[in-house]
Amino acid sequence: MIEGILIGLTTALTFQNILMVMVGCFFGTIIGMLPGLGPMTAIALMIPITYGFDPATGLILMAGVYYGAVFGGSTSSILLNAPGVPGTVATSFDGYPMAQQGKAGKALAIAAWSSFAGGTLSAIYLLFMAPSLSKVSLSFRSPDYFALMILGLTAIAAFSSKGQFLKAMMMVVLGLMLASVGQDSLSDITRFTFNNMNLTDGISFVLVVMATFAMSEALTIILKRNDPTSAAKQVSLTELGSIKINKEERTKMYKTIPRSSIIGFLIGVLPGAGATIASFLAYGMERNVVNDEEKEKFGKGSVNGLSAPETANNAACSGSFVPMLTLGIPGSGTTAVMLGALLGFGVQPGPRLYMTNPEIFWSIIMSMYIGMVILLILNLPLIPYIARILAVPKNYLIPLILFFSVTGIYVMSFNNFDIYLMIGIAVVATFLRLYDFPMPPLILAFVLGGLMEENLRRSLLLSNGSWEFLWDRTLTLCILLTTILIVVWHFYKSIIRK
Amino acid sequence: MNINTTKVISLLFFIFSAFYLYTAYQIQVFAFDENAPFNARTFPIYLGYAGLFFSGLKVILPEPNTIKVQHKNLEYKKTGILILIAIIYGATILKVGYFLTTSLFLFTSYYFLGEKRWVLMFLLSFPFVAAFMYLLHGVLDIYLRDPFLQSIGVMG
Repeated sequence: MIEGILIGLTTALTFQNILMVMVGCFFGTIIGMLPGLGPMTAIALMIPITYGFDPATGLILMAGVYYGAVFGGSTSSILLNAPGVPGTVATSFDGYPMAQQGKAGKALAIAAWSSFAGGTLSAIYLLFMAPSLSKVSLSFRSPDYFALMILGLTAIAAFSSKGQFLKAMMMVVLGLMLASVGQDSLSDITRFTFNNMNLTDGISFVLVVMATFAMSEALTIILKRNDPTSAAKQVSLTELGSIKINKEERTKMYKTIPRSSIIGFLIGVLPGAGATIASFLAYGMERNVVNDEEKEKFGKGSVNGLSAPETANNAACSGSFVPMLTLGIPGSGTTAVMLGALLGFGVQPGPRLYMTNPEIFWSIIMSMYIGMVILLILNLPLIPYIARILAVPKNYLIPLILFFSVTGIYVMSFNNFDIYLMIGIAVVATFLRLYDFPMPPLILAFVLGGLMEENLRRSLLLSNGSWEFLWDRTLTLCILLTTILIVVWHFYKSIIRK
Repeated sequence: MNINTTKVISLLFFIFSAFYLYTAYQIQVFAFDENAPFNARTFPIYLGYAGLFFSGLKVILPEPNTIKVQHKNLEYKKTGILILIAIIYGATILKVGYFLTTSLFLFTSYYFLGEKRWVLMFLLSFPFVAAFMYLLHGVLDIYLRDPFLQSIGVMG
């Protein structure tokens, strides 16, 4: 392994490759900040450019773009409550309230340091655990994935405040219902399209996330403009605040980062799970681990609540490289795009990649760490400038948010229908938000809907329609028991509070 | 009588779930798939029942935290106008083109939100959209359809 690390360092530390990481991180951050253009789009845009380089350099550039875009997505989540990628949705839960309290600079600094720490720790885990973890990830079967998704969706109970469990579950079901629109993945039978051709491919994730977060947030701000209870919030939005993290906040982060990085990395290793589930689970776990006083701050600008998903989503990014490099199975949509690029280079990922192309395998792992350092060096000094976006008056900011939302959809589909659909969903979401129906569960369910149905389909077909698959395997049973424990614990706590 | 709006929303969701469930049962599957352990309508049917279950519980169970929205403090008029402008924007973007419709959308939105600094309004609409369009179309090579700019010969 030492030889491999040295090969990796030699390749990663060439002038060209360091330059590629820097360029990738910078452009990734800019593109990730634009709502609607996430890491997948950013990497897809880079593919034609990378074909001019050797495979290692090309992948190093894409890895830099990936990290940069995830950090950029966190920036728009914190400043605008407009997560461009699913992996940064959980960041907005506490990052945005923190920005509203005039601590935007601090929120961005916490996000930057947490991302750095999460990425660094996971790069270390990756270095030592990649070969054995790929074997573990292979042991996950469809029933386990289905149970894991049920667990992920039940963890939304952690996001709901007092008495909101049922509202959150209703939003989960609504998210799954929206995800079921369009062609069935196996039989190609259209469902819930009402003979509208525009719905045949289903509703896009970007559309739903833009409508429920960015657009409905903009509409809610205008709607509540004269509401005395929200007026104070709007004034404080113009304050940047310090980017310094005090000792008490650092202490909180020291505890949060290691545990969230482990969750993020392990979830990232599982093919198909990725940064979204990792960030949601880390957020949920963190909320359950902290004391009652800190728990009350969740959703209102908690340091732990911001640090946990940020650490986890970056750790999951590194983790998702494990199945891609060692098994040839992408851990996320973004690594799927990268896998396509790798195949384009004529490199076949798999367990033999160590032997056939060790410089590619190890230089990517080494570049991840270098990328993290560069991302921090680039982004920390830029935070005060990035956060100036908050100083834009509402009269300008709101139309600009709407403009970014519509543009995000327009460049994807060139379709009026999608714009109308987004406006429609945004209006419904605005109304639901007025009555405290939480939107994050809807988004998580929407993301997981397709995967959940796929894994349920496989499980039921393999067990010939019997639901015994839920307790046939120990792993499935353990995950389900954890889910039940979470629900029981939630109700127990509700009764205790009363 | 004081109607709890959360319960009304839950009731509407209950009706929506019933409609979803009915539609799920109407999904046409292949004949050989009709009695399969899992087909295209299986998952939606479960979802329909889940929707009925959770919304039904919400309607039946007592509401611990009643949310009272002060409607008189809400800016329905401006929000409505903004939505209307966005709909018009969506309706014209393909026919007229990205540059003009987006610039006009931004300009009119600033105006209806109470902005009166004309120069700033102009700078943050037409030149801003032009720069953004250059970033997308020129730098990132993302195609943006624009019949208006094509008609005046600015775009190829």
